Amino acid sequence: MNSLNICQINLAEEKEKAKTSVQNKGKRILICAGTGCVANGALEVYEKFAELGADVHFKQEKNLSPIKTGCHGFCEKGVLVIIPENDVTYVKVKASDVQEIVESFKTNSIVERLLYVDPENNQAIKKSSEIKFYAKQSRTSLSNCGKVDPENIDEYFLYDGYQALYNILKNNKPEDVCKIIIESGLRGRGGGGFPTGKKWEFVRLAKDENNKKYVICNGDEGDPGAFMDRSIMEGDPHKVLEGMAIAAYATGADEGYIYVRAEYPLAITRLRIAIAQAEEKGLLGKDIFGSGFSFKIHIKEGAGAFVCGEETALIASIEGERGMPRSKPPFPAHKGLFNKPTLINNVETFANVPLIILKDAQWFKAFGTEKSPGTKTFALTGEINNTGLIEVPMGATLRQIIFDIGGGIRNNKKFKAVQIGGPSGGCLTEEHLDLPLDYETLISVGAMVGSGGLVVMNEDTCIVQIARFFMNFTQNESCGKCIPCREGTKSMLDILDRILEGNAELKDLDLLEELAYAIKDGSLCGLGKTAPNPVLSTLKYFRNEYVEHIEQKKCRAGKCASMKTIEIIKELCKGCSKCARICPTSAIEGKIKEPYIINQEKCIKCGACLNSCPFNAIKEVC
Amino acid sequence: MSKKLTVDGREVSFTDERNLLEVIRKAGFDVPTLCYRSDLSIYGACRMCVVEIEGRGIQTSCTVPPEEGMKVTINTERTRRIRKVVIELLLKNHDRECTTCERSGSCDLQNLSNKLGVKQLRLGKREEFLPLDESNPSVVRDQNKCILCGACIRACKEIQGHGVLDFANRGSNTIVTPAFKKDLSQVDCIYCGQCVAHCPTAALRIKSDIDRTWKEIHNKDKVVVAQIAPAVRAAVAQKFNLDPQKTVQLIAAALRRIGFDKVFDTSFSADLTIMEEGTEFVTKFTEKKNLPLFTSCCPAWVRFAEQKYPQYLSHLSTCRSPQQMFGSVIKELLPKELGTTKENIVSVSIMPCTAKKAEAVRPEFQTNNIQDVDIVLTTQELIKMIEEAGIDFAHIEAEEFDSPFGLFSGAGVIFGASGGVAEAAVRTAYELITKKKLEKVTIKEARGINTLKEIILNIEGQEVKIAIVNTLIEAEKLIERLNKGEVYYDMVEVMACPGGCVGGAGQPQLRDCCSRSGIQDRADDLYEIDVALPIHKSHENEDIKKLYKEWLEKPNSHSAHKLLHTHYKNRKRINSEGLSFGKNSEHALMNIEICIGSCCYKNGSYKLMDKLNELIQKQNLQDKVNMTAVFCFENCSSGPNIKINGEFIEVKPENAEEIFNKYILAKVK
Repeated sequence: MNSLNICQINLAEEKEKAKTSVQNKGKRILICAGTGCVANGALEVYEKFAELGADVHFKQEKNLSPIKTGCHGFCEKGVLVIIPENDVTYVKVKASDVQEIVESFKTNSIVERLLYVDPENNQAIKKSSEIKFYAKQSRTSLSNCGKVDPENIDEYFLYDGYQALYNILKNNKPEDVCKIIIESGLRGRGGGGFPTGKKWEFVRLAKDENNKKYVICNGDEGDPGAFMDRSIMEGDPHKVLEGMAIAAYATGADEGYIYVRAEYPLAITRLRIAIAQAEEKGLLGKDIFGSGFSFKIHIKEGAGAFVCGEETALIASIEGERGMPRSKPPFPAHKGLFNKPTLINNVETFANVPLIILKDAQWFKAFGTEKSPGTKTFALTGEINNTGLIEVPMGATLRQIIFDIGGGIRNNKKFKAVQIGGPSGGCLTEEHLDLPLDYETLISVGAMVGSGGLVVMNEDTCIVQIARFFMNFTQNESCGKCIPCREGTKSMLDILDRILEGNAELKDLDLLEELAYAIKDGSLCGLGKTAPNPVLSTLKYFRNEYVEHIEQKKCRAGKCASMKTIEIIKELCKGCSKCARICPTSAIEGKIKEPYIINQEKCIKCGACLNSCPFNAIKEVC
Repeated sequence: MSKKLTVDGREVSFTDERNLLEVIRKAGFDVPTLCYRSDLSIYGACRMCVVEIEGRGIQTSCTVPPEEGMKVTINTERTRRIRKVVIELLLKNHDRECTTCERSGSCDLQNLSNKLGVKQLRLGKREEFLPLDESNPSVVRDQNKCILCGACIRACKEIQGHGVLDFANRGSNTIVTPAFKKDLSQVDCIYCGQCVAHCPTAALRIKSDIDRTWKEIHNKDKVVVAQIAPAVRAAVAQKFNLDPQKTVQLIAAALRRIGFDKVFDTSFSADLTIMEEGTEFVTKFTEKKNLPLFTSCCPAWVRFAEQKYPQYLSHLSTCRSPQQMFGSVIKELLPKELGTTKENIVSVSIMPCTAKKAEAVRPEFQTNNIQDVDIVLTTQELIKMIEEAGIDFAHIEAEEFDSPFGLFSGAGVIFGASGGVAEAAVRTAYELITKKKLEKVTIKEARGINTLKEIILNIEGQEVKIAIVNTLIEAEKLIERLNKGEVYYDMVEVMACPGGCVGGAGQPQLRDCCSRSGIQDRADDLYEIDVALPIHKSHENEDIKKLYKEWLEKPNSHSAHKLLHTHYKNRKRINSEGLSFGKNSEHALMNIEICIGSCCYKNGSYKLMDKLNELIQKQNLQDKVNMTAVFCFENCSSGPNIKINGEFIEVKPENAEEIFNKYILAKVK
């Protein structure tokens, strides 16, 4: 137990001060300033609120206090504006809408046209909490995202910021902290699902002659379609810092790195601001809370290599080496950064820590399943109505996520598959919609939780193309060190290309599988070991589509150019020559006023003729 | 304490082996590997050495430390699949012109492919062929044969502390390359060839001079003369399993059969080197000037010193290496002996070394465009020539060397091992200083393959401290300690290759290419030859005495200096071409060079450049003034540095106009 120096920062006082300051600032308007909403014009919306707030003509009884928050999650409907006072969420707000919103404040009314309309019953939803997208979620690691100004530490104090760190420094020995985390059952949210507490304990017990240890936060989120970690870093950076500080205390580290992709400039800016503010308040740096515990955090910007999300490659990158994975053993817990014992967890894992400490392990275990307790964030993308960032208890089903929260498939199309876990994960189908999403179940069906990207596909998606997309991604991102990954993924990609071009034979599927298993078994790091998953899982669940491509040269989704032919229906063609004139390769031949024909050898299937025909006489045949 | 594990069900004991792979190999099992090298760090990339360990699944045996009770299986369905697929994948991307490949028969990829029974290649073949890097005299880089095992990168970094090569790009576009994809000649490669020695395929290979040699041999007008370096005999003896002393005479006989007219032993000029360098050392030691004296026999080390430590060039012995000493003796003195002209002599040296090829073309070693040593062949090339000539090497009759430079001492022979130069020098220097006879010639502390050895001698009450290093990473550490004043030495022997020239990259590759014990065996052979020879001190060599009497007067004389010594050049800037602005005019009257290196940039060189550019435009002088940005003048303390027509001019951004008017405008108009 540490006797804490009372003259240090007093969190209760800070919280009170923050409350008063928030009240004095006036009517809170939360404008989502996550990357997605910023791209949709959130900053202009914010400026407009600020401008009108200052304008004497719009002066309210209360001042306006517009705040740029992190991601609210409902990215599909951005720019999102929330008025917490009456729990109203406005969607798709433009700068030109702001005046109307501000005027509505005077009359205490609601701008109905900006409300979210439930597609099922066409009702405008007045209460944010009643929007189905939010109602079915359990936001814990995202609890503050969208509620606080991430650039103002006071707002973090409002939600008991740094209280968890204070509590453990005051009341717990490092081993106790590890015990709490072990008890909570928290598992690594970066994909592997290794028990976090155990990892902490390994590092705590690791000996170093100079007593030097490191804590690294892995923010190198690189899966296509994943943005969970980015949203946390942008929306609630202090939570990550606090989680890291607790981990540092528990493991005996005094220095930490946050490894963030350089492609996340907003996350980097906000983390920098947060670190500076925390250091200023004495919550990071030397002798935190007067406890004698010191912890310094650096930010290391990654240079855009996906493989640097692999822990040993990430460590190599921080050390200034080319980001290439190293063999394990030795594990980072024993010989990590600069050969020192190193704890490395991902952003979301750290973000779970402060609440587990503040509440307790039992509270955390109440969410999720027995073996996979807690909640998990997912990024919903693809052909789904409500794209965005969500958090649900582990064990939730794909059906709940895709249909209840995600609002189902766009344009009333049919659900076909969902790629879960990014390029390392697998493709799941209709039959898996009711499986509980947890680490073990997903592995058992050939997918993985991964970092939590969910790409939803509808019936118009060619599954072979999806497999190719992910294989191309891993091939491009392979570091080139081990042969199975470097050369093997290239060969698999070549075979997939042959299938898509209609030049493959059935035996190529066997070769594809043989390569896949050799790569899985033989690769050095997780990137290679999981690279064949998208192919293997699609081969398992959609083998018939591969076979159709090969044997019948048919793509049932109609997406493969090589599989389709464009034909002129003789009976409908009036011989106007319009199509022949538009064809870029002069593939259409014929005489005026007689039916034209398409020379299939010349045709590149660009489809330009399709739209040019005034008589609908040209059609695509799959 | 010996511990036990089982391999394929058989118990195997182990102690402190660095990995499971070594344990498995020691026990007489074989696990194939393409990237593991016992003298380099563990890399774990080729995945050929995979085994299944009970409870731990598939692991690469090179990366796993052995543990008590481990149950290891080498061949399972899964490990065999990985190995075969890896070979198939590599062959897909490999230039498979094996029949004409230099490494055919000694290529690890080819051998493993045969051994593992890879019979079908289902994945296609390499489509794009990249050009070869043949930019330098020593090493050819062929990316079409590279399997990216990284052994060359590790060798350069870990043996020479140099890091000329590294990986670039990702995925299947990954390559091994010098910085910015330049050629080896454009970067600070020292041509030691350790990358070649560690390459499992022919992606890095020695530049062959065999055809040039045959051409000269077939030219009836030429007298083709060979010299054979000491270390060569040890490696050839090892390769053919012969007695080393007899081997050198077999080499002499084979060379005559091939068609060489005269055959000499570089051990003779090693003796000559000792005469010169020993005398140089005694002088410097007596005057306490420029100590330590660094040896200069190793051309890779000389180049390294020129590039990295020009401040120590005055410490480098001015003596030419034995190869170059013999080279000038052959070109200057032999024609008189033979009654022919210099132009008619072709001097070929047979060396354990790739850097010697680059040494021979240095301009200091040429007169009127005639090189002292015309062709350098490595031990590997010698063996190939013997094979090409169809000579049954082990069964031909031994022959003696030619006179007049035919005698050599044991001191000359041990030059081939790390510590040999120092030991030979001490044998002579002791007698030079004390004028007494040295009875015990063996200096144990100088021997062995340790990378750093130290000798402290007491000569007549005077302490002489000598350091012996091999590998340049060790040399660099020593220099850093010297810089910090942590150590003092009077003499330092440096050899770039592990174990000295016996471990040279021109030697035949050992199994697990650079195994230390194989190199040690070669060194031991040289010391045995020394024991068997009648003389052990260079100054007792009668042919050397005769040489001085007839031609050179005495060591370090004027004529000895002209023939046997050299000078060095600061090579910190390997390639200092600058970046020009606009079109460089042929009619320019003025050339301005501005340094944009870090220091000068900080001192405002960019502003200065902008200002001058603006003034040039304003006065419309673009045709008359060329401006180039360069990277460093090594004059960093007084930046921003600017040279106008080659002369340093002191200028700051503030007085740019004044300088412009004075030095440029006034002169151009």
